[in-house]
Amino acid sequence: MIAYQDAPVGTALPARTFRVTRADLVRYAGASGDFNPIHWSQRTATAVGLPDVIAHGMYTMGLAGRALTDWLGDPGAVVDFSVRFSRPVVVPDTDAGTEVEVTGVVKKALEDRQVLVELTATSAGVKVLGQARATVRLG
Amino acid sequence: MPLDSSFEGRSYPPTPAYEVGREKIREFADALGDDNPAYRDPEAARALGHPDVIAPPTFPITFTWPANQQLIDDPELGLDFARAVHGDQKFAYRRPVRAGDRLRCTVVVEKIRAVAGNDMITTRTEVTDDTDAPVMTTWSTLVVRGESA
Repeated sequence: MIAYQDAPVGTALPARTFRVTRADLVRYAGASGDFNPIHWSQRTATAVGLPDVIAHGMYTMGLAGRALTDWLGDPGAVVDFSVRFSRPVVVPDTDAGTEVEVTGVVKKALEDRQVLVELTATSAGVKVLGQARATVRLG
Repeated sequence: MPLDSSFEGRSYPPTPAYEVGREKIREFADALGDDNPAYRDPEAARALGHPDVIAPPTFPITFTWPANQQLIDDPELGLDFARAVHGDQKFAYRRPVRAGDRLRCTVVVEKIRAVAGNDMITTRTEVTDDTDAPVMTTWSTLVVRGESA
């Protein structure tokens, strides 16, 4: 668990790169119960005007959460977590799929050993989450 | 036709209890490729001060989203889900969700507004345990693209 005094404003979370393939989306669909075909069927995705199959927004949020909780140690220390789904993560039907890169920085020190963390998630050079932030309680 | 803003403030009855299972938490963590022991090993979770394995921060979407389905399917509102995308999401936790929880969701329509020809509808979902104690609150915004878009 990160100690409050060891995470002053400006502290960077370890940058993470997550590979995302179609198989990951199928697995997430099953685990989450979100079977919207735009997340696994190219035919459906392109019919509604998307360039290709896209990742579930909540999957991308989950990866950002993973970068956060891996840094924290105790996932139970998250007080709140919010994102805006600004751009889709497009996942081609290839072995390599695509990548989502997540970075984060402590933006503000709050009362009660809490800090505000701002997260950034990009895929193919595009910011895919907006206003991604979390309040966490440190040790 | 724009969504009826008189739906603001409307709430739906609490859902039947959703029982959080250890294996469901593990399955969800696996789907995120997340091997944090707090999601899998009760001893590791207890070492962090939790009574049982806890769920990843985004896990509650698995039961809050179906709870929101009541509103999405409400014929009076007439939301065209085929035109809807998930706009934003927020979770605020009183405590982590954990295995063994029996959770009920009460969905409230917090805000309906029209932005640039699209409808945006924000719901707030209050999650309580079987002692009626609040566990967490989620907010979800759906963006419904306008007919001409």
